[in-house]
Amino acid sequence: MRIVAAVITILLSLSAHAGGTAPAGPVREQPRSWPPARSVVPQRIVSLIPAVTEMLFALGAGPQVVAVGSFDTYPPEVKKLPRVGALIDPDVERILSLHPDLVIVFATQTTLREQLGRAQIPIYVYNHAGLADVFTTIRDVGARVGREKAAADLTSRLEARIDAVRKRIAGRPRPRTLIVFDREKLALRGIYASGGIGFIHDMVDAAGGENVFADVKQQAVQATTELILARRPDVVLELRADPLDAATRAQEVAVWSALSSLPAVRTSRVYFLDEQKTVVPGPRVAEAVELIARTLHPTAFK
Amino acid sequence: MTAPLGRRLALTMTGFGVLAMAAVVTAPLVGSTSISLRRAFSTTVPFADNPDAQIFFIARLPRTLAGALVGSMLASSGVVFQGLLRNPLATPFTLGVSAGAALGAMLAITFGWTFAFAGIAAAPAPSFVGSLAAVAIVYALARARHRGLSTNVLLLAGVTMNAFFSALILFVQYFANFSETYRILHWLMGDLDISSYEPIVTALPLVALSLAVFAWLARPLNLLSLDTESAATRGLDVPRAQRAAFLSASLATGAAVSVGGPIGFIGIVVPHLVRLLVGPDHRLVLPASALFGAAFLIACDVVARTVMAPIELPVGVITALVGGPFFLWLLVRKR
Repeated sequence: MRIVAAVITILLSLSAHAGGTAPAGPVREQPRSWPPARSVVPQRIVSLIPAVTEMLFALGAGPQVVAVGSFDTYPPEVKKLPRVGALIDPDVERILSLHPDLVIVFATQTTLREQLGRAQIPIYVYNHAGLADVFTTIRDVGARVGREKAAADLTSRLEARIDAVRKRIAGRPRPRTLIVFDREKLALRGIYASGGIGFIHDMVDAAGGENVFADVKQQAVQATTELILARRPDVVLELRADPLDAATRAQEVAVWSALSSLPAVRTSRVYFLDEQKTVVPGPRVAEAVELIARTLHPTAFK
Repeated sequence: MTAPLGRRLALTMTGFGVLAMAAVVTAPLVGSTSISLRRAFSTTVPFADNPDAQIFFIARLPRTLAGALVGSMLASSGVVFQGLLRNPLATPFTLGVSAGAALGAMLAITFGWTFAFAGIAAAPAPSFVGSLAAVAIVYALARARHRGLSTNVLLLAGVTMNAFFSALILFVQYFANFSETYRILHWLMGDLDISSYEPIVTALPLVALSLAVFAWLARPLNLLSLDTESAATRGLDVPRAQRAAFLSASLATGAAVSVGGPIGFIGIVVPHLVRLLVGPDHRLVLPASALFGAAFLIACDVVARTVMAPIELPVGVITALVGGPFFLWLLVRKR
């Protein structure tokens, strides 16, 4: 009886968080986890979301993960696990054939959610949001897989590390930063930059940078050459999931020299952070914030 | 006969030339930010220290010129396809030529192919190959079961090829990594923010070649638009003219798509508006459409980049919003 009561409490706390991170729209009306009460601690988890996969492993629930999404590469253990598609192409048949007792899905995967609902398979609905939501998600996931203690420890460690960064750069001038997460290869075309919401904006903010597109309340901004020239960033920060070799990186940095009036170009402050942790809102966010802070404020870390 | 044509040609070229020039001159003055022109053209401030000059010369001027190039190429290939196939609904878009070019360009972008021909970067090569393949298939299908060209088969084959190439584009996109998907989607809606003159310069040889062929094509197109038999009796080498028309229009479409992506509806809106103004003679319609196409796309691009600033709309959305209803009106009017 006590276990059942505990599970109900956990599930109640889960649905209490549901409104906080879900976006506006029809998704919001549905409970974050479905069905409300079924199994105790899931033993066969399928995670379609790299960030949540990382969380599960960081919380010690790695052995319970039976399959992951196509883009999952971290931690190295996931490379041996079967792949069951991702955001736009989840392989429902394979997912069902693995008999999961918990599937982690994106909020926008409505068809998949319905299919899993019909098959009576419990789901956890995830959505990208801000930096604070990363910690909420870690606690939610921890509670869902019976690792509340580990989740509480992990989040407080991460929060402490990020606070330490904030203290370290406090009072220093905050460089106006253009955060680019995608563009065409070797050309300043099709540039996508971070707007004023989302975990990437929050990470740069914590690391002591002032996002030049902070006023655009979108996660991604299609940044034209004119907009970039007009916003005059002191630093250009390019975040990429896939590492580049040194020669390519140098070529990609050199592309910016076309916009020679930018303070970032004139002071050679165009940086490529081609490490996956900078773009995954998982347990490596503190490492990413430290990396960005060292890039923006090299003198603060001497 | 020659004198009146000469006068009409001079009049038409002056009228549309002034319009195109006005577009090229005013478009760089407008944008999401306000710049000081005096500072932009100042000779005392070095270019590297001059954000106003950089906004003018790096952000706005290349995209205005790109708009001019893409608009004139798509509009004039629309004229050529319509005259050649004697069908008012034939355009680079409806024949699947744009989609073929887009597939070629997309493959090049996704897999990072670079082409060099005689030491010159030949970026438009894949889109030209794509557009040529589309035209060749559509043309072969339309000729397969008829003597001469069947316009119905041609248009249906075009629509089918369009769908087929679009499916191939989606197939390639499936292999791209996740963030590339957005970029490809954006590119497919048309994007003139090229931020350097390089794409224009690499497309210029193709543009010059197709313009030269277009200049020669005006008279043959007049003959062809009657019917092929009377064109032949008047001494026109019909197959040769048809080949030249197909090749040059594909070349022009390939060049346009390689610069700005597959921007739709220019090839139908512009030629028809121009015909309403100057009549059906290709010697007038072709150059006038090229000039008016340039002005039209530049104007659409100005709307796209200012109407919701600082957020920018893809220019293809604007041309489609104007062109879609126009196409339907044309369809109904023909009945």
